[in-house]
Amino acid sequence: MSSPPGAHLPEHPDFLWENPEPKASYDVVVVGGGGHGLATAYYLAKVHGITNVAVLEKGWLAGGNMARNTTIIRSNYLWDESSGIYEHSLKLWEGLEEDLGYPILFDQRGVLNLAHSLQDVRDSVRRVNANRLNGIDAEWVDPAGVKEICPIVNISQDVRYPVLGATYQPRAGIAKHDYVAWGYARAAHAMGVDLIQNCEVTGLETSGGRITAVETSRGRIAAGKVALCAAGHSSVLAKMVGLRLPLASHPLQALVSELLEPVHPTVVMSNAVHVYVSQAHKGELVMGAGIDSYNGYGQRGSFHIIEQQMSAALELFPIFARAHLLRTWAGIVDVSPDASPIVGLTPVGGLYLNCGWGTGGFKATPGVGHCFAHTIANDKPHPFNEPFTLERFTTGALVDEHGAAAVAH
Amino acid sequence: MQLIPCPWCGPREEAEFHYGGQAHVAYPEDPSALSDEEWAQYVFFRENPSGPFAERWSHSAGCRRWFNAVRDTRTHDLIAVYRAGEPMPEVIS
Amino acid sequence: MNFRKPTGGAIDRNTVLRFTFNGQLLTGHPGDTLASALLANGVHEVGSSVKLGRPRGIVAAGSEDPTSLVQIETPYSEPMLLATTVELFDGLEARGLAGQGRLSPEPDPARYDAKHEHCDVLVVGAGPAGLVAALTAARSGARVVLVDEQNQAGGALLGVDEYLDDRPSAEWVADIVAELKTTPGVLVLERTTAFGMYQDGFVLALQKRTDHLGFAAPASVARQRVWRIRTKQTVLATGAHERPVVFANNDRPGIMLASSARTFLHRYGVLPGSRAVVFTTNDSAYCAAIDLAESGVDIPLIVDARPEAPARLATECAARGIEVRAGHVVTGTEGSSRVTDVHVAPLGDGHPDTVVCDTLLVSGGWNPVVSLFSQARGKLRYDSSLGAFVPGEELASVRVAGSATGELDLNACARQGRDAGAAAVVAAGFTPGGQVPLPVSDSRCTQRTGLVLWRVPGDEDASFVDLQRDATVTDVLRATGAGLRSLEHIKRYTTIGTAHDQGKTSGMIAAGIVAEALGVELADQRPTTFRPPYTSVSFAALAGRDRGELHDPVRVTAIHRWHVAHGALFENVAQWKRPWYYPRDGEDLHAAVLRECRATRESVGMMDGSTLGKIDVQGRDAGKFLDMLYTNMMSTLKVGRIRYGVMCGVDGMVIDDGTVIRVGEERFLVTTTTGNAAKILDWMEEWLQTEWPHLDVHCTSVTEHWATIPLVGPKSRDVLAAVAPSLDVSNEAFEFMTWHDTRVAGVPARVCRISFSGELAYEINVTAWHGLAVWEALMEAGSPYGITPYGTETMHVLRAEKGYPIIGQETDATVTPQDLGMSWAVSKKKPDFIGKRSFSRAENLRTDRKQLVGLLPVDPNVLLPEGSQIVETDRLPEPPVRMLGHVTSSYPSAALGRTFALALVRSGHERVGETLYVPVEDALVPVTVTESVLYDKEGARRDG
Repeated sequence: MSSPPGAHLPEHPDFLWENPEPKASYDVVVVGGGGHGLATAYYLAKVHGITNVAVLEKGWLAGGNMARNTTIIRSNYLWDESSGIYEHSLKLWEGLEEDLGYPILFDQRGVLNLAHSLQDVRDSVRRVNANRLNGIDAEWVDPAGVKEICPIVNISQDVRYPVLGATYQPRAGIAKHDYVAWGYARAAHAMGVDLIQNCEVTGLETSGGRITAVETSRGRIAAGKVALCAAGHSSVLAKMVGLRLPLASHPLQALVSELLEPVHPTVVMSNAVHVYVSQAHKGELVMGAGIDSYNGYGQRGSFHIIEQQMSAALELFPIFARAHLLRTWAGIVDVSPDASPIVGLTPVGGLYLNCGWGTGGFKATPGVGHCFAHTIANDKPHPFNEPFTLERFTTGALVDEHGAAAVAH
Repeated sequence: MQLIPCPWCGPREEAEFHYGGQAHVAYPEDPSALSDEEWAQYVFFRENPSGPFAERWSHSAGCRRWFNAVRDTRTHDLIAVYRAGEPMPEVIS
Repeated sequence: MNFRKPTGGAIDRNTVLRFTFNGQLLTGHPGDTLASALLANGVHEVGSSVKLGRPRGIVAAGSEDPTSLVQIETPYSEPMLLATTVELFDGLEARGLAGQGRLSPEPDPARYDAKHEHCDVLVVGAGPAGLVAALTAARSGARVVLVDEQNQAGGALLGVDEYLDDRPSAEWVADIVAELKTTPGVLVLERTTAFGMYQDGFVLALQKRTDHLGFAAPASVARQRVWRIRTKQTVLATGAHERPVVFANNDRPGIMLASSARTFLHRYGVLPGSRAVVFTTNDSAYCAAIDLAESGVDIPLIVDARPEAPARLATECAARGIEVRAGHVVTGTEGSSRVTDVHVAPLGDGHPDTVVCDTLLVSGGWNPVVSLFSQARGKLRYDSSLGAFVPGEELASVRVAGSATGELDLNACARQGRDAGAAAVVAAGFTPGGQVPLPVSDSRCTQRTGLVLWRVPGDEDASFVDLQRDATVTDVLRATGAGLRSLEHIKRYTTIGTAHDQGKTSGMIAAGIVAEALGVELADQRPTTFRPPYTSVSFAALAGRDRGELHDPVRVTAIHRWHVAHGALFENVAQWKRPWYYPRDGEDLHAAVLRECRATRESVGMMDGSTLGKIDVQGRDAGKFLDMLYTNMMSTLKVGRIRYGVMCGVDGMVIDDGTVIRVGEERFLVTTTTGNAAKILDWMEEWLQTEWPHLDVHCTSVTEHWATIPLVGPKSRDVLAAVAPSLDVSNEAFEFMTWHDTRVAGVPARVCRISFSGELAYEINVTAWHGLAVWEALMEAGSPYGITPYGTETMHVLRAEKGYPIIGQETDATVTPQDLGMSWAVSKKKPDFIGKRSFSRAENLRTDRKQLVGLLPVDPNVLLPEGSQIVETDRLPEPPVRMLGHVTSSYPSAALGRTFALALVRSGHERVGETLYVPVEDALVPVTVTESVLYDKEGARRDG
């Protein structure tokens, strides 16, 4: 037996961030202190030298989807537009620990996306080929190859929906979500960004078609620019300036088991049977469930979704039979009609939008933080987020990633 | 799992129902008269409030009727259900 | 050494159970848990801690225990169970864990199931409050369910030897249970833990039905059952957990909660040790001390942190030779695998004394169990006298009674139970029946409010807050020192409360220590959220019966048996099993498909097309309705004729296609793709009910009513003529895209002349009952022509040779009818149909959209992999490479004598004749772009 589980995990630094009172005015106010908001503030300060920045969080930092996701990181999306921003993100992930000077447990253990029907196979091969031409590591593996990469997957052809193969992205993996958030928060704070918790935005003030301030539960804060990074609550915030968004906020549940000896060396996702699972660093199985169908801001889903999830998981992983569910929870994912994000300018001057990430938000954290900061600093989208405009729903230039998103929306 | 009071069948388990998003979004009378922006609003844009929300459900594993409900998206509590074609009850403040 | 008392406890001393722990053979008795049996054998050290590897023992007697994690190996391996909740059985093999379990690779042989239960009143917890609540509810005639996680009712009473109403409490419990079990409409579930509380009175409970039977568990009985309880009213009588106090080296085996030691004594007849020091902040531990002393345990000292000891109890202790030191605390312990000494000092500052012992019993007060109340979204309130969060509001359908409210007096708890039970039945629409008398206890512990003490100052590195996660006071102070203020952050930084016990005994203490460190009031702090499940639940229990074949229903056609008997391989298409191809000896997919294709194009073949979705659309406005759904015109279709149609979503993207036959003036039969049948019916009903309720149209799925057999090939007419003698099959009498009702093989049939292959073809539809017989009759009639059954793969090849798209293969929700070259199927006349408006959006007007074309590899023997991408140049630049589209279908073709493919290619229609390149592994395969129709472009074969 090697060292006990958890013994190898890094120690946290002794200082993370201060808890200042909000100032009367900032150059940029970032609304939402989750992963995207913190990363945006970090890159604003680091890349663009904009440090008179506040990140406003209505609860505790990174307590929303950042604290609730299953931490899968990959860039093997189908369309050029998506692979552009997700691969940009993955490259940043690869240097992030060093960049932030903080252990984030980024572990490139690979991701398998299983195929269960002949059409799944065609779609998967199509995506692999597109990925490779876009410079993304991707391969198609047959069932025996799946077994080699992840020996606990049931590849028997004698089951209801046999595994017919999988796409494999070796550079994909997982990271520790809290540490990522804290790393960004700590680094942003060190460069002068104010992180303000328990500060709920209750209004957006405009004048002459430009944003001027935010109203908050802790008073009015003047702002040169305002950047929305509020995930599930984006529609509510945008509505404060009369902006409608093509989003629906849904509960998305996830769950975790107790600590178990290592059995699962990679990440396995299956669209067809709605399973995505990895084994985290201390040994717990982390699993995502299907999305609840109805709109909901309650951070809770319905239990039959979890039961279906378990049934699907055991079809693929019979060894999980007597693992135990320890904890379930839900986040609020903002889902767009084409399962792709909306990142860019808005009709209101100085107001920037970053939302619609659905289930893809965590893996995009560094990439979108970097591009969104660029968009805010230059009042112009970065090439990687340029396709993800709000206008695409009018022109029809959608980026339909339903096939690549982890969960069928 | 919610208990949804189908206005035709009475309370039934959520798993019997299919969700249909925002209610009272009528198909445009003359789509060809709409601008691209207006058409996009109809096709893709829906209200997404945190709070009471008038929405459509179908009792797909029961009577297969579509009906409307007002539900609080924060608590998921159903405030009212009403049959298709009936006006929305005065519950949204 | 034996720590079992000669008498007492609810165990059967006449039966000896043999078990092994860490390989050591030990014995116990029926009624024991693994933990009580270990303690009876003097074993306190169960496992070791997850991070530091320190020895870990047994702290509590129930499911709140933070430390006694074991792996059981018999009868089937299961990780991460608590020794305190594993009921002992003969042959049990268990071993202690270092915080991490092991999953067995052997298949789990057990069955699991789920059951729905509806009731008026659900009572959770069969302690005094819950029993009185349940009986009160039962006497009203309401349907009542009482669940309790123990193997017998009684709750806290199981751990004491007190008398109620001057008789043993067990008798009082037994009387109530007996009445409950004989009252109609009452269900009492033991070994059943309510673990999740959801919306609208939906409560999930896990019943352990056979675990306690070990090897004697009948294989036919589900091992565990998930109860899905839907209740109008709930009474939570979930009790309270004793919590410890944190001090230096508080984690050694032998350090146990005082009330748990008392439970081991009274319920199992087990002594925790020989010499026990007691450290308390409240009265209840005195009872444990006195009871243990009377059972022969040497109790040298009670350390009471309060400035004054309770006078009456102190007197009782003195009478038994127990010293009580008020105003003192335990500051540390010694020992390795077992506590050996305790350091005691005055609270504040002072020189510690050392007391030798083998057991230290601790009580830091009580935490009401509010998990389910919190899951039900009930708000919690900090009670500063208890030092705990208690239910802070009343909910309409959830009541809390007993010590779960913070009330610790038994009589008062029972009264709360009675009140809650009565209120619940009234709320559920019943009238309370006969009043349940409230018991009076003889307990000597009056439960005077204790002192709230989270920790004793001392070596912070060795002061454990979460014993399972090895999280210490140092860790908490580092977290606050790092700037963290929210309990959620601190929990995540320290990992406190994230282990198997989810912080049942540690969470409150952590909150208290944080509040002290930050100088804030706990009343102003938000507790961390309680989430389901209350205790852990195996994945298999939640999956229940929905595994293997029952994971998702299998749909098969009326002819399925024949396909199986004739060696078909099957393809999953949605829930259906469809014949994929029928290999003969030695044939692989390609060989079989080439043979099936050739036979069909040269003579006659047939397939089972029964899975096609079929929707009967009737009503005065049926034509008008279909005009809105399809891109082309359906209302002008004449009775007796058939038209192919395409459907789009409102976004203008193709969602389905199929044939529409007009059965009568007000009746159409619509077919859909196999996978979309249910979705299209939903789609139709949604539009009808929500947008056009004024239309007189009714839609009915008739997919399973019909067996559908396409009979395809130049000889199909001859075969049909042989089995349908009354039908004039001539081209003149039976035109393409018409249908006739007739008899085929002696049964009523509807024959449609449609073709998905370009060949002369008929689609024979009979009721499903006759499907197999008609199929066999066709096989027989076709045998002179070598009739060949074919599967989906051949069907795909035949249609691809004709350039017909498969929805879902050639399309992916980004493809319009125009992209498919089907502008001919898009009506210019109709003022509107679903999707029409989207065709004029900017993106739809681009000329460089991806369009369906054919591809012919320059080398006719090269088969392009489906899913290949297409590029413009014969050399690949550095990524990202511009891609023009992808190969949607690709086959070797018997008819063409070469390979071919269909593809979606940017500006494809303009590129016909161009050479493009397909990267296949390391090569670039040159291909010529063609029109999508590759075979019989003139349509000469259609009429035979």
